[in-house]
Amino acid sequence: VDEPERRLKALMLAARAGDAAAYRMLLRELAAHLRAYYRRRLGSGSADAEDLVQETLIAVHTKSSTYDDTQPFTPWLHAIARYKLIDQLRRNKQEKVSLDDVHELVSDSNFEAALAGQDVERLLARLPQRARLLLRSVKVDGLSTRDAAALSGMSESAVKVAIHRAMRALSAMLNREEP
Amino acid sequence: MKTDELIDHIAVLPMPRLSPRASLVRGLLVGLMASTVIMLIWLRLRPDLESAMLTAAFWVKLAYAAAVAALVFPVTLGLSRPTGAANGRFWLPGLPFALLAGLAVLQLGSASPAERVNLLIGHSAQVCSLYIAALSVPFLAGLLVSFRGLAPTRPIAAGLSAGFLAGALGTLVYAFHCDESAAPFVAVWYTLGMAVVGAMGGLLGRALLRW
Repeated sequence: VDEPERRLKALMLAARAGDAAAYRMLLRELAAHLRAYYRRRLGSGSADAEDLVQETLIAVHTKSSTYDDTQPFTPWLHAIARYKLIDQLRRNKQEKVSLDDVHELVSDSNFEAALAGQDVERLLARLPQRARLLLRSVKVDGLSTRDAAALSGMSESAVKVAIHRAMRALSAMLNREEP
Repeated sequence: MKTDELIDHIAVLPMPRLSPRASLVRGLLVGLMASTVIMLIWLRLRPDLESAMLTAAFWVKLAYAAAVAALVFPVTLGLSRPTGAANGRFWLPGLPFALLAGLAVLQLGSASPAERVNLLIGHSAQVCSLYIAALSVPFLAGLLVSFRGLAPTRPIAAGLSAGFLAGALGTLVYAFHCDESAAPFVAVWYTLGMAVVGAMGGLLGRALLRW
């Protein structure tokens, strides 16, 4: 058995047993491996490469139960990395056409102008908790809707809809307070 | 968001614990409850169940469905992992079918030409496969929900095997209603029902099993 395989598998088993430090170390090592993997295939300047690194790390977490610890770890990781790569290439082909309504809403001038002078946190506090969390992770922390979907266990379109509604609710609040 | 921040975020989350096997079994148990209730209310148990349980034909039907389910399950489990191996055993569920088909040929061979049609068509051929498909839907739904939390990288194959597994279990439930007993009937119409659900699973898998 080669050296990285043995080390990564040991870290994975420790992480599974609840060792957060081992888990962090594992994810950092995986990020480096994955970055090299995706850059080799998409070109080192590709913005998609880092997105894919993040998506794959999230999948490693959410799909970790599918790793069978009687088997080597690296083939499992590569299967996920490869799946995410193919998925991305497929999406690149389809995209270009669809306009993301979330972005449309963000650039809504009335909203941005109002946002500047408002106590956003106070308004946010009036949203339902789930909507607030999603809005915060996507609009403030800068997660992609895809990542937010993966972490919240909702579908990507459900996340978009929830954010869309939350933004509308916020706009309505702003309009009410500022005639 | 920076990748390092994402890592710090993830590293403190608890890892999902439920094994793929447990997850699939849970989906199947929910399906079993729903399917059984639907069968009892909608189709009813066959009235002669007690005497039927003393015949070999009843057990042949159950054994056929149970054997297919038992042999498809490991394939489905394999396809729920990203490494996607069907364990090289995907042809094994063909064995119970081959045995049943052999039995059917023997029965047809020893029957008079007039009886043969009856052995094949029985009195419920028009609805048998349809009922099997209907009773399989809860199993398929349970499996697909479980699959959403797993990592199939071959969505069509995964859906197909989930469909066959659901079909075999739907057949198992249906066998408590159906009062047909001829092997040729079972070999044709039960198998057709399973195949329909298999195809349904393949189509749904392609549409739903993305992650």
